[in-house]
Amino acid sequence: MRLDAYQTDGFYDELFDESGVPRPQAQLLLETLQSLEDGQILRCQQAAERLLLEMGVTFNVYGDSAGTERIFPFDLIPRIVPSAEWDWIERGLRQRIHALNEFIDDIYHDQKILRDGIIPREVVNSAVFYRPQCIGINPPRRVWCHITGTDLVRHGDGQIYVLEDNLRVPSGVSYVLENRDLMKRTFPQVFHGLSVRPVDDYPGNLLAMLESIAPESASDRPVVVVLTAGMYNSAYYEHSFLAQRMGIPLVEGRDLVVEDDTVFMRTTRGLRRVDVIYRRIDDDFLDPNEFRTDSLLGVAGLVQAYRAGKVALANAPGNGVADDKVIYAYVPDMIRYYEGGDPILQNVPTYLCWRDTDRQHVLGNLDKLVVKAANEAGGYGMLVGPHSTAKQREDFGDRIRANPRNYIAQPTLALSRVPTLIDGHMEGRHVDLRPYILYGEDIRVLPGGLTRVALRKGSLVVNSSQGGGSKDTWVLADPATGTHQ
Amino acid sequence: MKHDNRPLLSRVADSIYWMARYIERAENVARYIGVTLQLQLDLPLARAHQWQPLVDTSGDTEDFAERYGDPTQASVIEFLAYDSHNPNSIVSCLRSARENARSVRETISFEMWAQINSMYLNMQAHQSMPEPGRLLDTFRDMRLGCHSFQGITDATMTHNEAYHFLRLGRMLERADKTSRILDVKYFMLLPSARDVGTPYDDIHWAAVLKSVSGFQMYRQKYGRLTPRGVVDFLVLDTEFPRSMFHCIRESSASLRAITGPPGDAPRFRSEQLLTPICTQLEDADVDLIIGSGLHEYLDKLQLALNDVDISFREEFVTQSHLQTQSQSQSQFFVATSTLRKS
Repeated sequence: MRLDAYQTDGFYDELFDESGVPRPQAQLLLETLQSLEDGQILRCQQAAERLLLEMGVTFNVYGDSAGTERIFPFDLIPRIVPSAEWDWIERGLRQRIHALNEFIDDIYHDQKILRDGIIPREVVNSAVFYRPQCIGINPPRRVWCHITGTDLVRHGDGQIYVLEDNLRVPSGVSYVLENRDLMKRTFPQVFHGLSVRPVDDYPGNLLAMLESIAPESASDRPVVVVLTAGMYNSAYYEHSFLAQRMGIPLVEGRDLVVEDDTVFMRTTRGLRRVDVIYRRIDDDFLDPNEFRTDSLLGVAGLVQAYRAGKVALANAPGNGVADDKVIYAYVPDMIRYYEGGDPILQNVPTYLCWRDTDRQHVLGNLDKLVVKAANEAGGYGMLVGPHSTAKQREDFGDRIRANPRNYIAQPTLALSRVPTLIDGHMEGRHVDLRPYILYGEDIRVLPGGLTRVALRKGSLVVNSSQGGGSKDTWVLADPATGTHQ
Repeated sequence: MKHDNRPLLSRVADSIYWMARYIERAENVARYIGVTLQLQLDLPLARAHQWQPLVDTSGDTEDFAERYGDPTQASVIEFLAYDSHNPNSIVSCLRSARENARSVRETISFEMWAQINSMYLNMQAHQSMPEPGRLLDTFRDMRLGCHSFQGITDATMTHNEAYHFLRLGRMLERADKTSRILDVKYFMLLPSARDVGTPYDDIHWAAVLKSVSGFQMYRQKYGRLTPRGVVDFLVLDTEFPRSMFHCIRESSASLRAITGPPGDAPRFRSEQLLTPICTQLEDADVDLIIGSGLHEYLDKLQLALNDVDISFREEFVTQSHLQTQSQSQSQFFVATSTLRKS
């Protein structure tokens, strides 16, 4: 494969520097790629896609005909993160997750941060995912965000920024594991000479974390389950994958019943007690007694059982308050407040439309900014200014004026790119990175995470529902010691 | 000795049971079609009406008559293999088996899932009747795909409670299919003065045996083809894996494994119903069965097995006494219409 025609087009490229020379961490990989014939790479790519389909690594598409399954397109060229940079990212994530957890616990207890005037009270009270039902709840170990999938991006300035925290029910980790597996099976030669930090221990760490939050009344080997909305949920594959890799039951709401504030599952031998639930259902649908009364996916009485300390829930209900994009803008302040130091990882500068001056600026610069609804995810409810039509901008302007609290705006980031196989040759495509962080007895960060790539030329939207794909993410081992942390 | 004592969700047990039944059903239909295709080649044109009994065996005679009219090779194969409106067609069985497998991927082995999924994808890729020259191979491949699944299952899945639900589904379905084919064919083939001793007589009986992959094994044991021998072999043989007795005895063993260590008396109604069926088959005499009417005998056996099926599902799957809320299909619609992402 020829690399000399590859253009970075003025963007930050993860594998090449600005003058088109391979970055040190990418040198070996690019040499291997260069030595391969085009047909060989194409065959590997096709084999990978066929494997994905055969393995049933698919997601369901909503709005499509019922039950449509698609593979999440996979690109063979990995993203490489050098050891030192990763260690710095990891420190930043630990600091951030710790502060966010402190914040959530504070919000549902003393609200010191509000009383001290660091964050305006009305911002919290108007957050869609703020749950007054959770006030006073003491989750085991005071942990509220057990599994986080922080979205990171690198801008044209070379700096890494946190785009979103994704505290509620982050998905995608199954692709991290499957992508690595796929790389090893279809493209083993590229690992040659490199020491890539493994990701296989994630399910084991996840299970250990879930067991560590079991109620005291649980036995030595607590009964842990994954709760799914069912086969037609878009992330069903992942729910099933994680249950399988942890060797624990995958349950639906109808499999569970609450009696005397205790949760049971219906088994062939009658009711069996459940101690810990890794729930992959949003708060809204968790318990019709507490949240949406029309939910048939959840379990009546579940939150009361949780409140009574008879069952642990991961993630903790109510933690989505910190996913609000207005509250996101205050995370650096939170870090200074709870951690007593400056944030290691930077936020993207954010305009809050409920502030008059910010709103005026946003309305006047819609063609340059990215506007986001404060409580949407997955690339929904978003305007990418430079790629928008006049009609779309007008529409968003109206929405902002009608409900300024629900909109924020950020500068359009020139997301970094990674070489990607397009029609048999390499072209740069924009990427983001979602590391996964587990918080139980301690905080553990999965090395790397999910690199999502916008496969459409020029596109900045990496979501699977909007034409995104993914890549394997290699965090290299520490060159000094040659070992993993 | 260490048992896997982990609790098994009732819903999961149910899905595994149905997954196994659908695979077994698909395999049987593929085999019937293959055998009938070959039978056709051996018969003079005037006698080539072998397709109606195939529809009768599937139990969907009315549905077929309504939508297709006269049975021809093309219409019957379409109906039994490719018609997605026929819930018992191969394509429907594979789809249902896969849906069930997909809902229990965490319980079955990865290899089992991959096999079902690839059979399904293969069927999706070739949704219509192959050209005549490919017909036999196509149905042979489907049959072998199902056999692979059985082999993969036995070799890769722990033989735990979930496995016994699977085997129960497989064996009850198989007993049912053997009973149906014998019931339908026996009366068509009752020796008529004209045919006895002609080569056609043998061809037909051989086809019945081939329909359950039993021709070769029958020969080893009985030699000559006789109606009595075929009935004895397909109903009462203890060792042939598709004889009704064998299937029922295997079902009984799996049911025992599910109900737990044997006590003095069976604790579950399903066991109380199944045990006497086994005993009865063990002592049965083939001449008495034929003398008092094979059809009546098979009918009674089928009804008795249905009762076992119903009571066992009540005891281990629906457990109506434990239900505190009614569950309905509407859950699915809520799931798809209100959940956007997670």
